Amino acid sequence: MTTIPLFHVLILSSLLFLIGFVGVVARKNTLFMLMSLEVMLNAVGVAFIGAGSVWQQADGQVMFVLILTLAAAEVAVGLALLIRMQNKYRSLDIDLLNQMKG
Amino acid sequence: MLLASLPFYQLLSFLLLITFGKKLSWQLAAIISVSSMALTVLASTILLFELSASENQILNVNLWHWFDLNHALGKSQINLSFYLDGLSAVMISVVSGVGFLIHLFAAIYMKSDENFARFMAYMNLFIVAMLILVLADNLVLLYLGWEGVGLCSFLLIGFWYHEKNNVLAARKAFIVTRIGDTSMAIGLLLLFNSFGELNIAAVTTLVQQSSHSVSGLSVEQTNNIYWIALLLLGGAVGKSAQLPLQTWLPDAMAGPTPVSALIHAATMVTAGVYLIARMHDIFILSPEVMNYIAWLGAITLLLAGIAALAQTDIKRVLAYSTMSQIGYMMLALGAGAWSAGVFHLMTHAFFKALLFLTAGAVIYALHHQQNLFKMGGLLKKLPFEGSLFVVGLICLMALPGSSGFFSKEAIIAQLWSSNTAGPLLWWCAILGALLTSIYSCRLFFLAFMGTARFSDKTHSEKNILLRSALIILALLSLFGGLIPLDLTLVFPTELAASIPEILEPSWLHTLAILTPFIGILFSWFYFKKYRTSRVVGSEYNLSASESRLVVFCRQGLGFDSLYSLLFIKPYQWLAEKNKHDVVDQVIMLNAWYISLWHDALIMMQNGSLRWYLAAFGLAIMLLLGVSFL
Amino acid sequence: MFENVASIEGLFYFAGLVAVIASLKVVTGNNTVHALLYLVVSLLAVAVCFYLMGAPFAAGLEVIVYAGAILVLFVFAVLMFGLGADETKNAPKSKSLANMMGAMLLAAALLVEIVVIINNAEMQQSLQANVISSKAVGIMLYGPYLLAVEIASFLLLSGLLAGYHYAKPDATGGDL
Repeated sequence: MTTIPLFHVLILSSLLFLIGFVGVVARKNTLFMLMSLEVMLNAVGVAFIGAGSVWQQADGQVMFVLILTLAAAEVAVGLALLIRMQNKYRSLDIDLLNQMKG
Repeated sequence: MLLASLPFYQLLSFLLLITFGKKLSWQLAAIISVSSMALTVLASTILLFELSASENQILNVNLWHWFDLNHALGKSQINLSFYLDGLSAVMISVVSGVGFLIHLFAAIYMKSDENFARFMAYMNLFIVAMLILVLADNLVLLYLGWEGVGLCSFLLIGFWYHEKNNVLAARKAFIVTRIGDTSMAIGLLLLFNSFGELNIAAVTTLVQQSSHSVSGLSVEQTNNIYWIALLLLGGAVGKSAQLPLQTWLPDAMAGPTPVSALIHAATMVTAGVYLIARMHDIFILSPEVMNYIAWLGAITLLLAGIAALAQTDIKRVLAYSTMSQIGYMMLALGAGAWSAGVFHLMTHAFFKALLFLTAGAVIYALHHQQNLFKMGGLLKKLPFEGSLFVVGLICLMALPGSSGFFSKEAIIAQLWSSNTAGPLLWWCAILGALLTSIYSCRLFFLAFMGTARFSDKTHSEKNILLRSALIILALLSLFGGLIPLDLTLVFPTELAASIPEILEPSWLHTLAILTPFIGILFSWFYFKKYRTSRVVGSEYNLSASESRLVVFCRQGLGFDSLYSLLFIKPYQWLAEKNKHDVVDQVIMLNAWYISLWHDALIMMQNGSLRWYLAAFGLAIMLLLGVSFL
Repeated sequence: MFENVASIEGLFYFAGLVAVIASLKVVTGNNTVHALLYLVVSLLAVAVCFYLMGAPFAAGLEVIVYAGAILVLFVFAVLMFGLGADETKNAPKSKSLANMMGAMLLAAALLVEIVVIINNAEMQQSLQANVISSKAVGIMLYGPYLLAVEIASFLLLSGLLAGYHYAKPDATGGDL
């Protein structure tokens, strides 16, 4: 049993998550949005690991591993798309991609 | 059975003509339409013999079951079935006989028209509708025919639709008769509601049963019958161009002349008379309405006669004369002289068709000149048409010996002692007869006597078929009064005949017979300038008086402007004010509300990914907030 | 709390603080490469947190996969972009080490922390006590979570294919 209270772990997790969320929403540069997304995924990982350690279950780490693979795949696709976008628009400004408006 | 097939010859011909229309040559179209008409004549002749040979003077045939009407008193079957008795026999002989002659005339008269097939198709359709109207054994079928003839009237008045006036006249005729039709429809509904039947014979029996029963009619029933009679009268008034719905008939003369002869003189306009005669059992029970009918007829008779005095168009004179003659029929019906009214209907159909067709021939000969003041001296130039016209006018004036004499005298004779008419209406009828003879003389003097006031050569149509049609009509007009018309089986309850106790002064008949002669004598001197040849210089100086009174009369005694002021102007004002449709605005509020949401949603769908993410976050925040609550 | 600085909790809070600061710098930064470095620091700090929470396996994965593989992917992408115009414009003119100082300082702080943990036997003792072994994780992964692992492998495969397809130059790739 660890001495770190779950409450504090979750606070850390939420802080990181929110920072990442703010980054995703506020930044116009798509690369930064991707990075902020990583921060958010990480925050979720913290929450899982914290919970797993409090209840002494391996599931938390399993989830983390899955999140890790998800992040890897997401980054691969996202960066490939960014390369595409850079080729097409000569910019990474996400607001250029608004042709799908109603 | 022959009766069942009666309207179908024409229907077939109509279908053929309307389908193949322009592909048919004149000969083919004429043969199809006229021969189908001839078949109808043949069939109706045989039917007349069958009818007179039959036991109770009634022929009945049921074609097929149409639909059921449910009523508290039980189910009423509405069938497509025909009913032939003395009254409808008169009508079918008029419709088929006069219709045939007019078809024959029209086939030649309209020969050069490029839409000849369409014209004949409409004429055929009209005959179909008219036969259905006349033969219908229930009021629903009758209403079908009623609307059918209205439709054909509309189509035929507006036949030359390239001219605006014709279209306007057609529209006016349609709308004005529609008012009457609506009233009639309401009347039928009320009738069904009160008696649970729309079959004519059944209604008649029901009405008679309840009136002859010991308790008699209840107050409510009497009240209902009063309203039914009044509403049916409304329909009849609209169709027969009586006051106050008479304004459409003079304008309807915009149609081709055979149409005026067939529809607006001989057959359709008398449908109202037929309706009242057919439903006489109901009308008898409501003496007030009978009285209204008599007065309506009398007033129309006089007003139309006065208006006819001032017309300059030969066809409009005849149109007003038609109104006035139908006024006579209405007067007769109102007085309870049913068979006299129907008799006049028949003779009027003969001589008015003759007059219209002859007028058509004259107009044709004068290169479509209809203005009386541009005619004159035609008796010498067109002796054939002129002499036939004289025959027609003699009948119209009811000079002794002509068919008009018999029928009109029959009407006038029954007025004095009738319960629902009386001496005052008798005097109206006499005055009407006087007016009739005066305007007839004026018409004759203007068109056929005096100096020729036109420069073109006349070209009389010498086609043997056309001429024979006119001659047959003339013979019918002269001797139609001798046709024995026994309608006692249809009208067993002649009111006038049953009440002989009021003493009639002995001079009544003499005066009635003398009246037309007084009119002729009067006009002989009064319209002297019309009949004598008078040429000042090289100009034809005769022209219609333009005094206010004359113009007022010429425009139909101001009914058009009155209606325009009373109905059309306020309606147009309302339409103008309500251009944007208040009700529509309320409905559009929905559309506005939806489009508001649409705009809001479009604003949300701005394509910006970051905006979506923010919305995403907001939604999660809200959800979490809700879960905390 | 200060007396407990050297305890597990204290170290956890410290590492968490580092992670938060580094994440903030990632989010607010203007320079791509700097932001990437801050991201590395943030990930390392989170790895320390994992370690302190008794998940050394996860911490290791975090360092190897996240800070190692994924971040390298980012760096390659940035290299391919040749640094977008808007980013280079905002970047500081000087290329001195001072610009990296923040990230370096934070990383150094984490290093100190890790060294403290490793050197402190008592702490090692308590960490060992509630560690969840990688063996347990492995059993779980290939036991009840086998299906999830399979799905993850498919995900990775599709990520690979998608990355390959999208990143292809237009000339050889044709239309999107």
